[in-house]
Parts: sequence; structure tokens; C-alpha cells
Amino acid sequence: MKELWTLFWTFAKMGVMTFGGGMAMLPILQREVVENKHWATEEELTDYYAIGQCTPGIIAVNTATFIGQKYKGIAGGIVATLGVVFPSLVIISILAGLINNFADLAWVQNAFAGIQVCVCVLIFNATVKLLKKSVVDKPTAAIFLAVLVGSTVMDVSPVWFILVAAVLGILLKNWEVKGA
Amino acid sequence: MIYLRLFWEFFKTGLFAIGGGMATLPFLHDMGEATGWFTQTQLMNMLAVSESTPGPIGINMATYVGFTIAGVPGAVIATLGEVTPSIIVILIIAALLRNFRENRYVDRAFYGLRPASTGLIGAACVSVVFEVLTNIVVTSPETGLFNQFQLGDGGLAGLISWPGLILAAVLLALTNWVKPTKNLHPIVFIAASAVVGVVFRFAGV
Repeated sequence: MKELWTLFWTFAKMGVMTFGGGMAMLPILQREVVENKHWATEEELTDYYAIGQCTPGIIAVNTATFIGQKYKGIAGGIVATLGVVFPSLVIISILAGLINNFADLAWVQNAFAGIQVCVCVLIFNATVKLLKKSVVDKPTAAIFLAVLVGSTVMDVSPVWFILVAAVLGILLKNWEVKGA
Repeated sequence: MIYLRLFWEFFKTGLFAIGGGMATLPFLHDMGEATGWFTQTQLMNMLAVSESTPGPIGINMATYVGFTIAGVPGAVIATLGEVTPSIIVILIIAALLRNFRENRYVDRAFYGLRPASTGLIGAACVSVVFEVLTNIVVTSPETGLFNQFQLGDGGLAGLISWPGLILAAVLLALTNWVKPTKNLHPIVFIAASAVVGVVFRFAGV
């Protein structure tokens, strides 16, 4: 029980320190999990992190579940994840309540109208960054363009694009292997 | 039963969003349109706050959206919904697939998944840019993207939100090409944009 508490609080602490998404978490994980607590080795952490990036969901959560699971089984995986999301729940709930109360003020509306422009640019930058990693040849460029256009003009759930793309990835690679 | 629906919607988001927090954006975008729970403008504001507060962005957004829909219980349920698929998938991988990363089919599926996920985020980006930087009125998804133009007093030039476009161009340069600023945390640019928005009355009020 005591170990589960330690797990929860350690990951809650990391949740607070993760400023700006899963990528920012790696150096903190290295210090806490590998050097201080010895819950995983450097190599294991790198593996978990890599798998966390190529499994569904939030990278930070996936990595937390993995480390928790390794340390204390299924309960450990769940507790570590709850730890990582706990600070967000508290901080965002308080902030959201505050912001919703002040949403009608003119200066708050103006501020958010400015912020929205910034968000546009941040999403654009994120897309470009991902583009460099995910579009590596002609077939992947075609998939990117097809989804970009398809999702813009059609009213279809993103779920279908993801499912079709997974099947397409397997088929394309199979075909490439057989063709070679 | 709003809580069940909330859990299910976020469960789907957690299951199909591949590649981290930003990948959940297209799903949230779709959720807003399908359920009417929040507007796209609200979603943009929630994204900005999520980027500027501690914690993984994806989790912050889930919490925020959940809170907006159904208060604190909504925040808890949305977040739990989003992490549940992660927990299940990771526990299965940890138990069964020791060499998950070397698995041929996983590798091949992700060859297709990565560009698709990027395409979805790109599409969300396109619609967000239309929403924020133009005055084109998009009526509804069913009637098509460019169905209804509302030409204001400014004619064609009036379709573009010029102050927004100028700010966007400056931010684009500062975040990509200007050496001293390009590695700064996004919160710096979000804060600066808030100030610009207040000073130049971006919302027009």
C-alpha cells in the first residue's frame, strides 16, 4: 500500500512538472524513475517511451502506466496513471471555473481573441513538426494529403481515417516487401 | 445519461488519437460538432489554457472539456475515459507482447497511422485558421465548407481578419525563424498574444 502511495505521489509530482506535453516529461522521468527511485533502467525507460508514442492515447499516460505496471503490477499501472492526471484535474477545474466566471468581461474576450491567433500558429507548427517525422516517402505523403483533404471536406469521424490508415499501412508495406 | 456518453466519447478519443496530446484535437473538434457540447471557439480557448498550465496537454484538454460540459464530475469522467484505453492497451502489451516494437504488423500499421494522424491535425488546423483568421461564415458541416459567404462592407478584403493575420505572421516568424525566440515555451507567445488582443481589441468589444 505504501508503495502505491509513493507511486501515486511521484507521478503526481511529475504531472505538475510536465509543462507542455509528454515530450517535456522524459528528462524528469529519467531523474525520478531511473536515478532516484530505480523503478526502471535507462534502457527500459527509453523502450517504454518509444512504445508510449506508438500506442493510442497520451504519451505521458502510456509511459506512466508502463512504469507503474513494471513496479507494482496492474494496480501499479492504474495508480501511476491516476497520479499523472491528478494535478491536471485539480488545476484545470479551478482555472476553468474562474475563466468561465470572467468570460463575459470585454478584456477577457479580447485577450482570448488574441490567444486564438496564437493557437492557430501553434497548431500549424505542431503539424509541420509531425509532418517531418511521419511523411517519409510518396505513399505516406499520399496518405497525409488524402486524410487532410478528406477530413476537411467530408463530415466523417476521424476514427474511420485512423482505421483505414492502419490497414493501408499494413497492405502497402506487405506489397512493398513482396514486390522487392 | 450525460456521464456515460461523456465517458464513451473520451474513451474513443483516447483509443484512436495516435501520437500524443495534439492528436486528440481532431477528435475533440469532431466531438464538438457532433454533440453541440461546445463551440470550436471554446475549444481553441481550452487548448490555449491547456498549453499554458502544468500537466500533459491531452489530459488538460480532456479535463477542461469535461468540466465545461458537466462540471467537476464531468472533468473526472472525461479524463478517466481518455486514459482507460491507454491503461488497457499498455497492460496488454506489457503482459503479452514483450517485443511489441519489433512486431512486423505494428510497425506496418504505424507506417500508415502516422501520416494519417498528422493529416487529421492538419485538417483541424485548416478549419481553425478559417474560424479565426477569416470572416467567412461556415454554416454547418452538412451544407459544405464554403456554402455561405457573407460579404461585408470591405468586399473581398473584408473576408480576412487583417489584425489577426498580421499577428499570425509575426508569431510564425518568431516561433520558427527568429533565433532568440524560437525555442521559447509556447506560454510566452500565448501571453504576448493575449496582451496584443487586449490592446488592439481583437474581439471588437
